[in-house]
Amino acid sequence: MKKYAFTLLNALAVFAGLLLLWQGLGVVLHLPPYMLPPPLAVGRAVVARFPSLVASLAITSEEAAGGLVASIVVGVLIALLFAQSRWIRRMLYPYTILLQTVPIVAVAPLILMWVGPGTLSVTLVAFIICLAPIIANTTQGLISVEPNLIHLFLMHNASRLQILTRLRLPHAVPSLFVGIRIAAGISVIGAITGELFAGSSRVGEGGLGYSILYASAQLQTDYLFALVLAATVLGFVFFFLVMFLEWYFLHNWHESARTMTDD
Amino acid sequence: MSTEVRAPQVALSGVSKTYGSNPPVLQQIDLTIAKGEFVSLIGPSGCGKSTLLKLISGLTNATSGSILVDGMTPLNARETISYIFQDATLLPWRTVTSNVGLGLELERVSRELRRKKVDTLLELVGLTHVARAYPRQLSGGMKMRVSVARALATTPRLLLMDEPFGALDEMTRDRLNEELLRLRAEQNWTAVFVTHSVAEAVFLSTRIIVLAPSPGRIAQEIKINLPFPRTSVTRESPEFETYVTHVSRALRGVHSA
Repeated sequence: MKKYAFTLLNALAVFAGLLLLWQGLGVVLHLPPYMLPPPLAVGRAVVARFPSLVASLAITSEEAAGGLVASIVVGVLIALLFAQSRWIRRMLYPYTILLQTVPIVAVAPLILMWVGPGTLSVTLVAFIICLAPIIANTTQGLISVEPNLIHLFLMHNASRLQILTRLRLPHAVPSLFVGIRIAAGISVIGAITGELFAGSSRVGEGGLGYSILYASAQLQTDYLFALVLAATVLGFVFFFLVMFLEWYFLHNWHESARTMTDD
Repeated sequence: MSTEVRAPQVALSGVSKTYGSNPPVLQQIDLTIAKGEFVSLIGPSGCGKSTLLKLISGLTNATSGSILVDGMTPLNARETISYIFQDATLLPWRTVTSNVGLGLELERVSRELRRKKVDTLLELVGLTHVARAYPRQLSGGMKMRVSVARALATTPRLLLMDEPFGALDEMTRDRLNEELLRLRAEQNWTAVFVTHSVAEAVFLSTRIIVLAPSPGRIAQEIKINLPFPRTSVTRESPEFETYVTHVSRALRGVHSA
């Protein structure tokens, strides 16, 4: 407990120091506020435009969460298909690597052109960027079952379905969570990237990505900083939410979840 | 053991096993195991003892020859066989109770009956106090005990064991050996047991099969006529020592050949 308090105190001290440095830098270097708004100005912008900030945050988190959940559902289904045979994996796996290597910034405008601007296409961008890590990790978890465990199931005349539901799927859950953890972080990036191209039906109102673009065009640098802050916080919240779910489902039996509580 | 004629639990005749174009792992194995016997397979690595176990279980097929378990093909006899592996092979996401009930669950035994059988088994192997624990909370010996309980839960007539206590320290191993014999006295299954330890084989078995390598074949059969029940006292008897010496010598002969 004492150790925690000390760590927290340390972190807060560093944070306060950074804020001071930031505030001081603008004064010392005579930077105009539109180049580097001081933290106080950013704070004022957060307070003054709180409703629109929250509205942007809500739009982006919905898109990111939607893409993430969809990628989990579709990714697990594809992984189940991949787990069926080595032959299927050999044929289709290269395409999931393609999914990972294609730059999302380049694909986003295409998707917007095909699907049309709006929340759906942004969710789709988030979905695409999340899919590869889910597929790769879940497939790995499904096929890396110890041979003797399969033998054990076979000795009890287990059906293919029983082996899948009682052995492969539970065994894959820790790997699935590794995938979700990666995907959760990039889902926010995907949604914001999508929004950069998606525009908005009402001028000045949209998700974080759109608002960042708008604020930068208007030289509202203090609000721009507030938006960046909000995007970071969103990523953090996603990350910790996934960490909590992982702990909740795995703490009884899996090492990766236990280490978070043990020390 | 009495001399009365019993129907064989396991009968292998002319069994050979070859993987691909490699030299045979096992060649012309003839082996009959009567009901109630405790047979240990011992031999240097590469002599095919584990392969022999896999053949009897039907997890692999023989290249030639015939294998009958209880008069059936190994695959048809699966319901009467339990297999205990070298590692405990427990499902880490299940509690001890749920692990012990796994076989019954896969064989679609009703929940109430399962509960009853698992409770009895847990008591029999002395695990009732950890019934709700997860495998990671157990010691190696405890895990192996859960594995034994799981194998016995489906009331097998034939128990195949592939070096089940090989990874345990000697004290734990000795105690589990004594427990295994106690369970056998109560439940009367037939056992085929693979081991590297001469002392373990002598302590447990009614008969020891010494296998020779490349190609794997039966070199010698040694009947162990130590009286049951065998306890820690048995290990200190001169007869026990004589058997250990005898089997060790046979094993050395196979090694140097």
